[in-house]
Amino acid sequence: MSPENEVTMKLNLEGLLCPIPVVKVAKAVKDLPIGGMLEATATDPGVLADIPAWARTTGNEVIKIEREGKLVKFQLRRLK
Amino acid sequence: MEASTDGVTIVMLSGDMDKAIAAFSIAIGAAASGKEANMFFTFWGVKAIQKGNLTGNSFFGKMMGIMNRGGIDRIGPSRFNFWGLGRWMFNQMMKMHKVTPLAELRQTAIDLGVKLYPCQMSMEVMEIGKEDFIGEALPACGVATMLEMAYRSKVTLFI
Repeated sequence: MSPENEVTMKLNLEGLLCPIPVVKVAKAVKDLPIGGMLEATATDPGVLADIPAWARTTGNEVIKIEREGKLVKFQLRRLK
Repeated sequence: MEASTDGVTIVMLSGDMDKAIAAFSIAIGAAASGKEANMFFTFWGVKAIQKGNLTGNSFFGKMMGIMNRGGIDRIGPSRFNFWGLGRWMFNQMMKMHKVTPLAELRQTAIDLGVKLYPCQMSMEVMEIGKEDFIGEALPACGVATMLEMAYRSKVTLFI
């Protein structure tokens, strides 16, 4: 899939704490087509460990996850 | 029932707020990862799926209904409850840090398809009827049903 026609969804998880970010990510990914991308920002540092763990459990792919000051930003691709 | 073999089964014995938060969070995490999640509520745990009305038929049953009144908003923390003051304080702190309140966690679990089973034996002993439970509670069951869920699950927790 070329990056131009890739479906990207944005999600704001700022201010939310465990277990809600995982719930919202799971719901958002369900609405994406397979191969679609999710871009999200969060403030809960727990997301740094939890989103990759969720992706491993569900068979999806974290493209990038990083801290930017107080924010955690990540990109996730739906594979399943 | 599904043929899933990697779900989570939680036996919820405790009637404490902190433990209920943990139990619902785990069930939610599993359900959000596409896993089967079952919660079996027994003894003090049944409070978390009660509507909150007074219960009991006999004298002891009614006493129990007053002393151990059910309902998700009446559940206090396992430590520092101080007859409800601790619960209030905890709720304030949770609000301050934007932690999801217990009632909302339970609703999230329900929305994600977490199954809530009351224990029949606890209902008999504590004189709690099925009409005292929230509408989402499934029909009551016993140890064999709980074990059947546990055998099917990869993770079973007793909280």
